[in-house]
Amino acid sequence: MPRALEALAALKGRWAGVADRASLDHPAVNVPAADLLAVLKSLKEEHGFDMLTDVSGVDWAAGARPRFTVVYHLFSTRSHEYVRIAADCADDAAPEVPSAVGLWPGADWHEREAFDMYGIRFSGHPDLRRILMWEGYPHYPLRKDFPLAGIETILPDAEVVAETKTGAIAAPMMGGPFVAHSGGINLTDAEPRAKDESWTERRPKPGA
Amino acid sequence: MVSANSELTYDSKIEGDVIVSRADAVINWIRSNSMWPMPMGLACCAIELMATGASRFDIARFGAEVMRFSPRQADVMIVAGTVTYKMSSAVRRIYDQMSAPKWVIAMGACASTGGMYRSYAVLQGVDRIIPVDVYVSGCPPRPEALLDALVKLQDKVKREPSASKLLSA
Repeated sequence: MPRALEALAALKGRWAGVADRASLDHPAVNVPAADLLAVLKSLKEEHGFDMLTDVSGVDWAAGARPRFTVVYHLFSTRSHEYVRIAADCADDAAPEVPSAVGLWPGADWHEREAFDMYGIRFSGHPDLRRILMWEGYPHYPLRKDFPLAGIETILPDAEVVAETKTGAIAAPMMGGPFVAHSGGINLTDAEPRAKDESWTERRPKPGA
Repeated sequence: MVSANSELTYDSKIEGDVIVSRADAVINWIRSNSMWPMPMGLACCAIELMATGASRFDIARFGAEVMRFSPRQADVMIVAGTVTYKMSSAVRRIYDQMSAPKWVIAMGACASTGGMYRSYAVLQGVDRIIPVDVYVSGCPPRPEALLDALVKLQDKVKREPSASKLLSA
């Protein structure tokens, strides 16, 4: 029996809330957010999953229950196996899970990114600021209710905004789908082109 | 036959130390042949910008080899790469710190229009925050394209009414 399965079986015996999770590749379990830190600590210290390779968020769309899930991928540098740990956030409006920075310092920026993109708070994180978008950006861009084109927003620097009269704009992908032609030997003809180039961000799409 | 054409060239014995020209021509000649770039390298275009500065393509042939990492000493800002909204304020502030006269080359699709990044995070063309003189197409453009843009910019500078601008300033 591979060590990953052994470890997960041990976890299920110890914490009642740990349950198997459907997975196509690596062994995976769902863990209640309350037990998350204890489970991660056990995996790290007792089962040899010493490397945290990823922390990511999932938004199951507005209205879904639970709406937000945090997913951890652990790797064992001894048995060369991965396990996946998923924890649902109890609160859909203000999702929160405990921070794993105390176990793996490398979780710091992963958690900041999940916070930046999904608005999931990691309690106990030493420095939970946005990491990609600027401080004060009002949206969480990877949430399902955030439009692909973006939302019109004021830029962070007031002086630059006053000088340039510009801001973050909604930039819809115009004219798609994009189609590449064989074009023969002429590479300019072969470039992917929009099927409908009649509309831009200044000229709205007719009938939309 | 070394002296055969001497009467066709400038001869200080005949004309003295005097050259007659237009102020615009002299000023623009000086300006266009030593444009110091401010390398605003933001993405992969910056790699091509480095190649343009290196020995094979050698931007020194056009007098622009002195890359200045201080905006106060630079004449032309080469915006090479994707300008995110988060970076846009910094780009504008650096442009503001350059002393006049100053020019801008938008290098590549991203700097010119946002390129393939039509998203919530990327400025849709650096011309939304700073005035651009020359746009270079390509993703990324080859060094020859950037050199061509530099030559185009030199042509533009040579047509500017520099003397009257200086006098009215």
